[in-house]
Order: sequence, then structure tokens, then C-alpha cells
Amino acid sequence: MVEVFLWWIGSGAADEDLLTELRAEVTRVFEVGARCWHGHERPLDSFDPRRQQHSSTRILRWLIEARPRHSGKIVGLTDADLFIPILTFVYGEAQLGGRAAVVSTARLASDNGFRLDRALLRERTVKEAIHEIGHTFGLIHCERRTCVMSRSVNLVQVDAKDRGLCPDCRRRYAELREQGQHEHE
Amino acid sequence: MSRERTRILIVDDEEIVRESLAAWLEKDGYTLATAPDGETALERIRGERWSILLVDLKMPGIDGLQVLEQARTLQPEAAAVIMTAYATVDTAVEAMKLGAYDYLVKPFDPEELSLMIQKIVSQQALVRENVLLRKVLKREYRFRDLISKSPGMQAVFDLARTAARSSSTILILGESGTGKEVLARAVHAESPRGQGPFVAVSCAALTETLLESELFGHEKGAFTGAVGRRKGKFEMAQGGTLFLDEIGDISPKLQLDLLRVLEDRRFFRVGGSEPVDVDVRIIAATNKDLQKAVADGAFREDLYYRLNVIPVHLPPLRERIVDIPLLVEHFLEHLGAEMNRRVDEVSSEAMSALMAHSWPGNVRELRNVLERAMVVASGRVIQVADLGLRRASPDAAGVGPLASLEHVEKHHIALVLADCGGNISQAARTLGIDRATLYNKMKKYQLRKDGEPEPEEHLTT
Repeated sequence: MVEVFLWWIGSGAADEDLLTELRAEVTRVFEVGARCWHGHERPLDSFDPRRQQHSSTRILRWLIEARPRHSGKIVGLTDADLFIPILTFVYGEAQLGGRAAVVSTARLASDNGFRLDRALLRERTVKEAIHEIGHTFGLIHCERRTCVMSRSVNLVQVDAKDRGLCPDCRRRYAELREQGQHEHE
Repeated sequence: MSRERTRILIVDDEEIVRESLAAWLEKDGYTLATAPDGETALERIRGERWSILLVDLKMPGIDGLQVLEQARTLQPEAAAVIMTAYATVDTAVEAMKLGAYDYLVKPFDPEELSLMIQKIVSQQALVRENVLLRKVLKREYRFRDLISKSPGMQAVFDLARTAARSSSTILILGESGTGKEVLARAVHAESPRGQGPFVAVSCAALTETLLESELFGHEKGAFTGAVGRRKGKFEMAQGGTLFLDEIGDISPKLQLDLLRVLEDRRFFRVGGSEPVDVDVRIIAATNKDLQKAVADGAFREDLYYRLNVIPVHLPPLRERIVDIPLLVEHFLEHLGAEMNRRVDEVSSEAMSALMAHSWPGNVRELRNVLERAMVVASGRVIQVADLGLRRASPDAAGVGPLASLEHVEKHHIALVLADCGGNISQAARTLGIDRATLYNKMKKYQLRKDGEPEPEEHLTT
């Protein structure tokens, strides 16, 4: 049985409600076990002083190394602003069909000048985390805008999608699980 | 549209850029590949089909602009996007001038990249749809191996389709290279005799005696060398169609023999005394003016009327210029399969040259010009230089834009003869006509083998 470990690796305090909610959603959407991991280690070499951002790729590498030995998949949640070398920012990154994913709340918290809505931030983070976990199971982007696997490059797109998989992605996910190629137990 | 069909090649000397961009795009389901330098990129562009090329501007060796320039020739349908860390107006302008689809400054805004890729993919899907629609339309423009959308040829197709249903004799009139035999084969294939044999004879290629034996066959001992009985073309075409090409060139004796076969539907083998019954549909063709030949007494009037039951006039290519793009597309596809060589299109400059050419050798000449161009073209687009068409030089030739067709034809034949150094076979091949036709035209225009005019004193002897 695959178990997904959720690990807060940000510099600020963890939002326990967010982790609890996400754990329940991971189990509901992917029908796998999920648990929160409270490790105290943090990635130290991910910060790029030139870009003043953290490299999501380096964090992924660190997660693979630092994860608990018995974890199936590991998802790092952080408040650091993430980038990949070719893009100005990313909301998250995952190994396609791999073990690790990372999601940032840094740009999901944007309130467009209004008071930050914690419920909205939680909602967005859950969606992006489910999305990245979907990639670790081998799912690619979906063209249906409301599917959690649709690509989102702005907050409007994040807000437009649901927390769950569309019927096509659900079918694809079942096939992938059956093939067993993404089981990391 | 299936995303797997979109193939993206990322060209960048920085591994981290190639990997991160490939990983990001891979999640959209596109097929990705990377190249670390210009040389590798060009190798992959030559060998595989790509939808999108993301090319770094500054690379050691062959840089992004050079890759772009060659990619435009090798794969014009691929959208090339130039990536650079430093945006300067000059390089952006140069990239766009060389045909880049867009220009991106590193690092990209994810929204900008995502929108651009989506836009390219949608545009390419539209292009593909357009190609499919054109293929459907092309079927409408076809009559077997003949292809045309010109009203004149469409009328020919209609007439030929109707004529195919009967067994009546057809007389196809048209210049060399207009597709007389192709039309004859199409009529045969569409007719109830389609399963029977189609036998073609070129009447101009043989002497009278040989042609007689060729058409009617001979009995053993009919003449020296006739060691056994041999079937002629009439017998070989039994139950099918006999195509008599260049019928205007046959001798008076053969005209009479042919008339008898057409009237009696039976004939005698050379040296034979037993009549042979035939069930053959005759399709005759000529590039001569048979009515004039009748008036001059060179062709039997009764035979002319026997042959001219359903006359079909094939217009020369210069009267159906509208068909040139369609024919070019058809031949590129056809020749590509034959030669195992992929060429996608001709450049707009080359197409203009093809449309402006007078085509004395008609569709056959066009096919030959394209075959040559496919051999010499370096990329997947035929350029004007690949065509080997001589540009008209009014001053040197005295052929102005308002010259008569005869004048232009004479001038063109003279040029080709000179270019081929008096080699008639080669000149005929270049012109897309047979040697006999070339000799006739040389006689008509009083041209020597080297393309120079015949001296006056020779003409009077």
C-alpha cells in the first residue's frame, strides 16, 4: 500500500489545519494512505541569492535524500518562493512517475491587495499539492480546466479547478495503478 | 488534437535549461527531445519531424540564428522560438526576419510560455485540418491520374467519364505532354473494359512495315526474319482498349488498313489469309491538326471521321496555369514516394517562376522539372535555383513580354538545345517531349542541333 508523507519544510510555522485537510484529501482522491511527517530538517542549499528564490529541483533532490526510509512518496510543503532555471517561478514541482513533490504557498497567498484569506490559501495549496502528487503517480496535465490536473500558471486558473480528478484522469490513474509502475511502498 | 503529435526540440548549451524546460513541457504530454548544440540540432532537424523548436540564441559553434535559418529551409512548418538571456532589439529583429515564430527572454514567465505553446499547437492543428480539407477537395479535382480544377479540364473529365461508358472510338487532341495517354488509360480504367488489357502503340516511333507487323501481327515466313507466328497489338488488346498515339503520323497505306479494321472489326495478319475478329475499343491521339492534314490531303477524310466519333481536346498547361500549384503538390507527393525523398513544398519565389514559365512540354515538362528539383534541393523546400528554369532575357532573345507563343517556344527550344550541347535525347527529356516531336519542332522552327538557326542556303536545298 502506497503511503504519502506530507512534510512542512518552510521557514515559518506549519499550518496544521492545512496538513490535516490535505492528508484527508490525498486519501480521498488517490485512495492511498497519507500521514503528516514532523521532521525538523530543512533544505539548506536551495536558496539562489541571485534570484532571491529557492530552487524547486534542489529541494526535490533533498527530499529524496532526507525522506523517512519507509515513506512511499514524499511531499514537501513550503512558504519559500520556488523557481526552475528557465521560469520566473513555479507553484510546485514533481518527479513525473517518481517519489517526490514540492509545493509552495508563497504565490498562492497573493490577495490582490485584499486581506489574506486563510481558507482560500488552504484551498489553493490543497489543489496544487494534489496536482503535484498526481504527477508522481504518472498523471500528466489535463485539458479540462476544472480538473485538478489542469496546468495552472496563474491564480485564476488555480481557482477555476476542483480538488479532484476528472473522469478521464481517474480512469488513467486507475490504469497507472494497475500497471503498478508507480507504486513506491 | 493529440498532444503526443506535438514534437518539441529544445536546443540549448546549458544542461540545466534543457532539463528543466523539458521536464516542464513533458507534463503537458508533448514529445520532447533536447540538443546541446547547433550541430546536433541540425542533425535532428534533418532526420525527424518537429512541431516546435525552442532554440537558444547564443551557443558555441553554430548559433541559434544559424539553426533558425537552416530550419526554415529544412522544416518550414516547424515553429521556431528563439530564447536568450539578453534581449536586444537587433537580435530580436534579425530572428523575426529569419522567420522565428517568437522571441523569449530567459527566465520565461510560465504564463507567457504556456500561452505561446498553446497558440502554436492550435495554429498547427488548423494547418493540419486545412491539409485534410484540401485532400478531400483534391479528390473532387481528380479523374483517375489526371488532376485539375480548371473549368476546361473539368469539362474534359465529364466528357471522358461519359465516353468511358460506351465503346465508341475516342480521338484525343492535344500538344505533347498534355497527358493524352494518361487520359486514355483513365477512360479505359473507368470503362466496362477496365479489367481487360490496355495496349499502347506509338505510331510515330516505327517505320511503316514495322508498324504494320506491330499492329496486326504476322504469320510464319511472312517476311525475312518472321520465324514464327506473332500476335499484333490488335489481338493483344482483345476485350480491352488499343491506344494509338500519334495517329497523325501514319502512312497512307496504314491509314487504309486501319480504316478497314475500324469498319469490319476484323483484319489479316501480315502474310495471313484467315481474317481475325477483334473486339477492341480504339482511342487515338495526336498533337497534329488532323483537320488541316485532311484538307492538305495528308490524312484520309473517311478515317478521320471514323476516329473523330468523340473528340476530346486536352488544353495545354499554359492555358490552365491555375492548376500549377495543384499539380506541383501532386507531383511532390508522387515523386517523393517514387524517389523515397521528402520535399514538402516549393518556395513562393519558385512557385511564381513555375507559374510564369510557358511550358512548351506541358505537364510532362513540369513533372521533369520537379523531379530534377527534388534531386538537387538541399532541404525540404524547393528553391527557384533548384528548378533549373532559365529566366527570360528579353534583350538577348528578343522575346518580350508580349511575344507570341510560337516565338517563345522557338526561343525556349533553342536555349535548351544549346544548353544540352546538341544532345537531342537530353534536350527532349529536359523539354518533356519525345525525340520525334523535338525533331518536328526543330524542323518547324528551322533550328540546328546546337540551337542555332539553320543557314539560309541549307533551307533552299
